[in-house]
Formats: sequence, structure tokens, C-alpha cells
Amino acid sequence: MGDGTLALTVNGRAHQVVDAHPGESLLFVLRERLGLAGSKNACEEGECGSCTVRVDARLVCGCLVLAAAVDGSEVTTIEGLGIEASSDAGLSDVQQAFLDAGAVQCGFCTPGLLMAVDHLLDDDPEPDELVVREAISGNLCRCTGYGRILEAVELAAASRRDAERTP
Amino acid sequence: MTVTIARTLDDACAALADRPDAVVLAGGTDLMVEVNRGLRRMDDVVALDRVAELRGWDRDGDELRLGAATTCAELAGDELAPLVPALAQAARTVGSPQIRNAATIGGNLATASPAGDTLPVLAALDAVVEVRSVHGTRDVPIDGFVTGVKSNALAPGELIAAVRVPILDGPQEFLKVGTRNAMVISVASLALVVDRAGRNVRVALGSVAPVPVRAVEAEVLASDRIDWDAGAAPGPVVVDRFAGLVADAARPIDDHRGTAAYRRHAVEVLARRALRRAFTAGSGVAA
Repeated sequence: MGDGTLALTVNGRAHQVVDAHPGESLLFVLRERLGLAGSKNACEEGECGSCTVRVDARLVCGCLVLAAAVDGSEVTTIEGLGIEASSDAGLSDVQQAFLDAGAVQCGFCTPGLLMAVDHLLDDDPEPDELVVREAISGNLCRCTGYGRILEAVELAAASRRDAERTP
Repeated sequence: MTVTIARTLDDACAALADRPDAVVLAGGTDLMVEVNRGLRRMDDVVALDRVAELRGWDRDGDELRLGAATTCAELAGDELAPLVPALAQAARTVGSPQIRNAATIGGNLATASPAGDTLPVLAALDAVVEVRSVHGTRDVPIDGFVTGVKSNALAPGELIAAVRVPILDGPQEFLKVGTRNAMVISVASLALVVDRAGRNVRVALGSVAPVPVRAVEAEVLASDRIDWDAGAAPGPVVVDRFAGLVADAARPIDDHRGTAAYRRHAVEVLARRALRRAFTAGSGVAA
């Protein structure tokens, strides 16, 4: 990173970012330098969770990560969620569950919620409601009232468990 | 602007010695908020994320040494929570999972916000902050570390390497008042730890003074009046007197999150609740 070039592996693809200013957040680099606009920019203070991404297996707010400090890291964004999906639409189990449950209204919080729920189900395939509520406590949705989001998480958990039972 | 990604503690100290005005970046959850708002201009940054020596923790007998980069998620996790339960409870109330995955105990100390949630616990535990620079290591007791609102005892070129806390035999409580259960900055908080071996109770308050405050008179009363052999809950008169003394120790102000009167009332309620919980049958205070 001595020459100012930033190396990031995003959703399995290696990127060299040559034009980033050293003070930029990871979210800014993803959206403005790499054109990955799925992660949303809103509060810029870690309150809303709409910029949630994974950095080296850690779920974090992209707006609070200094891009230069994670040079060389592996990043997963919402654009990477459906990559290994088997469905025709290229949707992951969590994405499909959100659609089926009607857990999306304006959609702004959805990418962050999907990242948080995907991460949760990797850790805990059978989360109870309290665990789910805590896992999504950093993702604000101002449309749905969360009822359908909780239903979607239940659906996604069930479908992931089914998928693991049938190889 | 330069960003130095330190790989070792020596690297980090050398970079800071070179550029004493550099900003130290750990989890970024405080610093990047200021950067995003345009409140903080960063010329030089020393990033500590890759310094392995700052990660992890060691237990040496009854002492726990927490690397400065230990995250709130780790503090609240299954390994550390049984050793310092109040610290785990406090860490779990910080922000959201995303924030707790990044935020560090060293960062909470360095930011030194009156609302820093781990600070009252560290105060109640008489934690010691290990400070490091190219000149070596020095220990700073917690009551001398936080010197005012968002100010600390670090000299230019120094960084926090670790925090040492005792592993005590006895129940611990951290209680916090805020507007909801997640993503909330404390309006008032209280940490209570019981040291059964030393037969004392220690109480510290957060968000009710510029720095974490110990409620010393309340501690003396509780430590004197508890029947340590029976491990029984003190009677209601003692609990009320204890809570009153805790409230007297607070030096709150009115601000956008609450009034001084509310905060004083809140810590009185928290004190009563914490003492009762700690000495309720089943909490294992009796030897």
C-alpha cells in the first residue's frame, strides 16, 4: 500500500484500487471506486446498519472501516450473497426468504439486513427469536415493523437446514 | 496523509514516535464517525488492527490481561464472560453486533467518553492500563487514566497495549439506562463487583460525571453491613441507605440525553437493583 494502491478481494474477485484517497471509508471505496452500490450509505455513524459487509469473516459497518487499514482483506458484500446460489434467479436462501415473506418494502435496509441474517445463520442454524432480534439490532428498518423480517429469518433458517440435509 | 499499518507493537510505537500527532486507529467505531462527519482531519494514521500482540488475552492466576484490541464481541463471548461478568455485560450493551465486532476495549479507554460503557466496570475492578511507547511500558491505574471528558493520561507517542483486571470470586452486575436495548448511548450506568475474598463491594458509575466515579461511602457501608458468612441480602434499610449514598456520589449534568435529576434518580434505582441481584439467593455469594 506504499504506492497508494489498495488491494481488496471483493466477493472472490481481486481488485486493485489505484485512485482511493487514504482517508476513504471501505463503504466509499466499494460504492464509488468499485461500483458496488448494493451496500447503502445513510447514517455514516454505525447506527443504521445499511452498509453492513463482511471483512475477513467479521460482520462490520463498512462506513466505519478505513479502507486503507484493511488493505489485503477479503470483503463480502450483498453482491456476493447470491454468487453460489442454486436458484434460477441467482438468489441466496436468505434473499429468497425475504421475498417469500414480503420482508422488503422500500428496500434500503435490505442489503444490510441480508448480510446480518446470512452471518447469523452461518453461526447459529437454529436461532431463537431473542438471538435473531439481537443479531439484527444494528439494522434499522423504518417500513416493515420487523414482523415480516422475523418471519423471513425463520423461513431462511428452515430452508438452509433443509438444504444441508439434502446434499 | 499517510496510513501506517503496524504489524508489531514495536512498529506501532516507532511510527507514533516519528509522528506524535498521528491518530491511532483501532476498531474505528468512534474515529470514523468523526471522519465521516468532517470533524476530524487525519494527516497521519497508525492502524493497530494487524498487531497480533494487541489481540487476545492471558490469565495469570487471579489476574486477566486483556490485549487492547480485544473486541467488545470477545469481551461478551463465552470465554471471557465467566471471568469478568460485568465487563461482558457492559460490552454486550455497546452498539450493535457490527459495532461490537470492531470496537475494542483499548478504544473505549482512549476515547474516554463519560458514556464509555466499559469504563465504570474497569473503575470498579481497579483495572490497570498498560501504556507503551518507544521508551518502554508504564502502568497507569484506571482512576488516573481517564482525566476528563474525552481526555486521558496518554502522552504523545504513547498507546494502550493492554488492560489488567482481577478475576474476583463473587457476583458482578452492570446496569445501564438508555432509550432502548440496542444502539444506545448510556444516560446512566452502574457497575457493582463483589470481592468475596476481600469481603468488599465496589461500585462505579458512568455517564453521571466527566469521568467514571467510585461511590466510596456506599462501598464502605455495603462492605460493613453485609453478613459475609451467611451471604444474605442486606435488609431494606441498608439497601436504601446504600442507594442514597450511590446517588450522592454522582455529579451529573443536564444534557440532550437526560437531566441531572433524572440521572441521580436512575443511579439510585440501579444501585438498589444491583445490590439486591448480587445478594439474591442463588447468586452464590455465600462461601
